[in-house]
Amino acid sequence: MTVFATVGTQLPFDRLLAAVDAWAAANPRVTVRAQTGSTLTRFAHMQCSASLDQAAFAAAFAAARVVVSHAGMGTILSACELGKPILLMPRRAVFGEHRNDHQIDTAAEMAALPNVTVIHEARDIGPALTRLLAQPQNTTVGPAQASGALIANRRDFIFAAGPRGMAT
Amino acid sequence: MAHLRKSLRILAVASGGGHWVQLMRLRPAFAGAEVHYATVDPSAAAGVAPAPLHLYADANKDTKWRLAVAAVQMMVIVLRVRPDVVVSTGAAGGYVAIRLARLMGARTVFIDSIANARKLSVTARLCRGVADRVISQWPDVARRNGVDHWGAVL
Repeated sequence: MTVFATVGTQLPFDRLLAAVDAWAAANPRVTVRAQTGSTLTRFAHMQCSASLDQAAFAAAFAAARVVVSHAGMGTILSACELGKPILLMPRRAVFGEHRNDHQIDTAAEMAALPNVTVIHEARDIGPALTRLLAQPQNTTVGPAQASGALIANRRDFIFAAGPRGMAT
Repeated sequence: MAHLRKSLRILAVASGGGHWVQLMRLRPAFAGAEVHYATVDPSAAAGVAPAPLHLYADANKDTKWRLAVAAVQMMVIVLRVRPDVVVSTGAAGGYVAIRLARLMGARTVFIDSIANARKLSVTARLCRGVADRVISQWPDVARRNGVDHWGAVL
């Protein structure tokens, strides 16, 4: 059984990582992989990489029973495509974790998705993780593309132009 | 005289993480066109091959020097690709590409990340008045900011 924790690759988010690391220390039978981004902190109880390339990220994601993440859309959309349970904690600007608080808005909206659990305090990560791992595995897989309307509108816009140099 | 092209050429621009994942979800919209991608992560190449992938430096408004490097790189990419259409899901690199491509007469569309559920991003606000279309994936945000809403990537 594995857990994958990711906080993107740009900004540190030690509040989340430290809480997952503490949980990993208390649950040695669970393998915890982490993409830690640009932090200087070392975490002793997780297999850490500062940054994973797309193939390694996809592999870590697919292997995980539960994903723990900042409220980043790349991770959330990947979780939806794979029907993976995901625990989100939004970054807070007041702690220097992001340039603004948009992740709070993202998390609030994404909480409506069936595979998404949102918590706001680091102390809630451990209990939520334990609870999610105890749930039966859900294999619902979402579509890997945008809604029909967005694609159709985009196509109308894109192809309205015609190639450069062609008569219109 | 302008070189006559067989198909429409799209430059699709997104920085890493969620911006890129959202761009990938729009790929069905590009079917039938010649698509060039531009991003910050070389490992994205495998996912879009055989379409060409162009790289620029990962930067944001807190890394001003890298932002300048990225802008120069984007200028080279836009000049080389000479797109008919530029589509970007953000972030700053997309704004630069859209500004440059507009000067060359391309049609441009900026799709703000679905992450911006309550407020338009700074980049999307910059793109208003520059891009032909600025799109929010949230109807309320679109209405409040006078931009379009065409649906969402989710």
